[in-house]
Amino acid sequence: MNGRDLPCEPCSVGPPGDPDGAPILRLVGVDKVMDGKKVLDGVDLDIPRNRITAIIGLSGAGKSVMLKHMIGLLKPDRGQVLLDGVNICDLSRKELYETRRRFGMLFQSGALFDSLDVFENVAFPLREKTKMGESQIRERVRTLLRKVGLEGAGKKFPDELSGGMVRRVALARAMVMDPEIILFDEPTTGLDPIIRNSVLNLICRTFQDHKFTMVMISHDIPDIFHWCHHVVVVHDGKVVEAGPPEDVRGSVNPFVRQLVEGDIHGPVQLI
Amino acid sequence: MRFRLAEAMGERALGGARGLGRTGLFLAAAVRNAVIPPYRGRDILKQIHFIGVRSLFVIVLTAAFTGMVLSLQGYYSLRKFGSEGLLGAAVALSLIRELGPVLTALMVTGRAGSALVAEIGIMRIGEQIDSLETMGIDPVRFLVAPRMVAALVSIPLLTAIFDVVGIYGGYLVGVLLLGLDAGQYFGHMKGSVELADVINGVWKSLAFSLLIVWVCSFKGFFTERGAEGVSRATTSAVVISSVLVLVGDYVLTSVLL
Repeated sequence: MNGRDLPCEPCSVGPPGDPDGAPILRLVGVDKVMDGKKVLDGVDLDIPRNRITAIIGLSGAGKSVMLKHMIGLLKPDRGQVLLDGVNICDLSRKELYETRRRFGMLFQSGALFDSLDVFENVAFPLREKTKMGESQIRERVRTLLRKVGLEGAGKKFPDELSGGMVRRVALARAMVMDPEIILFDEPTTGLDPIIRNSVLNLICRTFQDHKFTMVMISHDIPDIFHWCHHVVVVHDGKVVEAGPPEDVRGSVNPFVRQLVEGDIHGPVQLI
Repeated sequence: MRFRLAEAMGERALGGARGLGRTGLFLAAAVRNAVIPPYRGRDILKQIHFIGVRSLFVIVLTAAFTGMVLSLQGYYSLRKFGSEGLLGAAVALSLIRELGPVLTALMVTGRAGSALVAEIGIMRIGEQIDSLETMGIDPVRFLVAPRMVAALVSIPLLTAIFDVVGIYGGYLVGVLLLGLDAGQYFGHMKGSVELADVINGVWKSLAFSLLIVWVCSFKGFFTERGAEGVSRATTSAVVISSVLVLVGDYVLTSVLL
């Protein structure tokens, strides 16, 4: 299945760095040491507004850590994380919680609450963070479940769902507060190709309907190039390449070449 | 060589200090969130049911047999001095001042404390706690504060039930089996147990409630490394809570006496 055939097209805002389309998120000189290992090493990264950005790299390269910095789950040892020019590392806990209303996040495992059914999981942020009435909540959740193709699954519990269904519920929950930015931590890892494409298709349709800024960690190389507008390649805690998919595909960086081609010979020798 | 040893020792000391600081900050956050409104009434009731109501059977059973064995042992010891009439007072004072709060705390640690660590630990490794954070929901307020309030309500009540059931367990053995006069059993008890003894027991059970929720939720909250991590956190939380209950009992007894 060719991703180009799917209804994912770049949106109409200007390119990253453009005065009208200034990056919504910026990581500036971010360093992070965890368990004595430098996981992020002077990361400079721009996330363009209203675009789908894919972050790719080897396992353990620092991609998830980077994502957690973007939403303030981790604080950098050095450097800044700028959301519309405001360093979120300087915010108080209360301000940070307020800022997070602009985000939705989909975790690799889905991170659904085991004790709540699908409906309650999706309704959870609305019940906790808004003063919406129960009938409005019901309506909103039903609309979202319909959108992700799970209209009849509201009463099911997370342990009764397949991997693809869990990700779709998680996507519905990530969208329920109408965020500006949605972060995806490996949304398709562990799924079979058909379910994987359906999840990616759903992400694309969601993007086209709402024009969220989306940041997605992915191992689906080279397929992911069809599903995003901007690609960031991470290696050893550093950004080694960033730009439109076609530029990254054509990169002369030996690591990027090896990653894109999936070659076992190259700068990274695993065996 | 000597330099490396000093460095390693320094690192351990710093790690220990950091851990203590983190534990203290966690307790402060839990207490602050438990005290400051809005309160999560429904969650508190749910936890009172889990910690209190569902521990009732094990508490009643433990209390009955504790009272019975206390009575049996006490009777034979007191009879040597011709003071078996004081059995009721001895059983009641032992239960109200020491055994009630301590054994209740130990039983709740084993039943509800271990479940608390496992539940929060699984939420941690399943990224559910991170998920709460990303929604702008304070996980300490959401997960720990209701459990803390529920424990502070449930455990003193369970302790009171333990004391009463234990006293009647003692009655069963002392009066019905060993033939002590029922009037003597309760009469001396009334004369010996003072309000201060009851208050002493209440303070202890409140302190133990705080301690159990603090240790168990902290261990669950900072669980690492999958299912094995949850199992390790559960074991260590139960052991640490139990030891701290016994140490705390000695400290509180020496302060409150």
